Amino acid sequence: MEKKVFFRGWFLPILLILPQLIISIIFFFYPAGQAISNSLYLPDPFGLSSEFVGLENFIFLFNDSYYLSSFVTTIFFSTSVSVLSMGLGLYFALLADRIFKGAGVYKTLLIWPYAVAPAVAGVLWMFLFSSRIGLVSWYLGLLGYDWNHALNSNEAMGLVVLASTWGRISYNFLFFLAGLQAIPKSIIEAAAIDGASFWKRFRTIVFPLLSPITFFLLVVNIVYAFFETFGVIHTITSGGPEQATTTLVYKVYSDGFVGQDLGSSAAQSVILLVVVGLLTVIQFKYIERKVHY
Amino acid sequence: MIEKNKKSYFASHIGLILGIIFIFFPVWLTFVASTVTQEDIIKPPFPLLPGPHFFENYSYALFEGTPEGYGKNIPVLKLLFNSAIMALGITIGKIIISLLSAFAIVYFRFPGRKFFFWLIFITLMLPVEVRIVPTYEIAAKLNLLNSYAGLIFPLIASATATFLFRQFFMTIPNEMVEAARMDGAKPMKFFIDILVPISRTNIAALFVILFIYGWNQYLWPLLMTTDPNMNTIVMGINQMIPGGDDFGHWPTIMATSILAMVPPVLIIITMQKFFVKGLLESEK
Repeated sequence: MEKKVFFRGWFLPILLILPQLIISIIFFFYPAGQAISNSLYLPDPFGLSSEFVGLENFIFLFNDSYYLSSFVTTIFFSTSVSVLSMGLGLYFALLADRIFKGAGVYKTLLIWPYAVAPAVAGVLWMFLFSSRIGLVSWYLGLLGYDWNHALNSNEAMGLVVLASTWGRISYNFLFFLAGLQAIPKSIIEAAAIDGASFWKRFRTIVFPLLSPITFFLLVVNIVYAFFETFGVIHTITSGGPEQATTTLVYKVYSDGFVGQDLGSSAAQSVILLVVVGLLTVIQFKYIERKVHY
Repeated sequence: MIEKNKKSYFASHIGLILGIIFIFFPVWLTFVASTVTQEDIIKPPFPLLPGPHFFENYSYALFEGTPEGYGKNIPVLKLLFNSAIMALGITIGKIIISLLSAFAIVYFRFPGRKFFFWLIFITLMLPVEVRIVPTYEIAAKLNLLNSYAGLIFPLIASATATFLFRQFFMTIPNEMVEAARMDGAKPMKFFIDILVPISRTNIAALFVILFIYGWNQYLWPLLMTTDPNMNTIVMGINQMIPGGDDFGHWPTIMATSILAMVPPVLIIITMQKFFVKGLLESEK
């Protein structure tokens, strides 16, 4: 994958690459390096000096039940959001693929939530479920159910999952629809003529052909739920009640900026760096495989 | 297309319509809340149809801002302006620096090319949320708090766009460069007269994706802007809700929420073709 024809000279290309390089160094490599070095130090309470403590911040974290439980929370949260939004995305894509009149209109009406910021989605759903003024919680109250996500951990988790899923369906829908439309219709028609039912065709032909996309989406959605749902959690629950919705990214923020525990927050950043690194490797492995198809 | 069965075809429509109702449900009620009075909202049952206060609430939000909360009395027009600067700055800045560096990487052979490529490539998938504290510190040291530069530059440091342009440049036939070189065209002339124009579909696709990315930022502006006059609209909404969900001025908050959604949603709908292309390609 190299161009055989190219321009000569070294000064111009360096000049061209420089803007991106400078910005990456200042706002990417330097902070990432800072995070790694801060994670090995423990600042004194006044922030005047700090002491080298080696891996102590990490050891402390892995013995901290709050940190471990936020790991569990993150895994539960991101799995729920990924599975629900992918399931619904696939369902709507299958329906839209069967329709030959008005499919474009449905598509437009289904994809726009992609443009709604997670933080705004959070405000919308929080408003609906607000224990005092929310429409949904009011009707639940009429049914005898007392909804209060500020007190009940399960309700809080359910609500942040719902709000994050809502905003994510459109993304998965588009990818699945593109995947479905890439399947040659002749294969499916042949199976239909042989008498295979819709479910049989889905199980034996369609889903296997969609599996590369499904795997890709799973990784991307998990990354999304890990990192880009901060706005949803911050607007709806602020990580509460009792840290029930504190994900790893939320904890980096709350320990670093609210709790001012910089050593621990830096160590958490480093752990997240490793997690993202692993997910990236998995994703590139997948891309490599796809190139060889 | 396969199914000749009318019943199941009809069921597909019903399923999609139910999905659309679910998708529209919270936004519809937000819109309703933005057209009624505070009393209508806090006294249940909540209205299901819009009220008569649309112009009143929206002009109040746009020109006066909310009477309560941390970011009170900041006209939402100001927040919209800040968001527009931030989103456009990120979008245009990222497109320009990525076009330049992808051009350098694909069309030149220079010492350290591979090294620089990997250096940029590493930044590909690491969101700002992960390195948030040190990035904040360096931005503070550089005096970027409460400035547009502080909102824009740290979010430009990612290689997605560079990678995409690189992939696209690789597919351009070599004859293009050969012809340009035979005509004696200098590299920058080739870049401006040939490469940028044939990349315009990709630029448009990236424009949509990056604009939405920039407009919807939340955590970064939350940290960078301590002056309410510099808040963006997406983070400003939550600032209007003081101490939990009970005391805010809801018609204003909900009008602001609608206003925060309108620009990115309009862009997706009007540039749908580019959006779908950008989404499907930038993630692969």
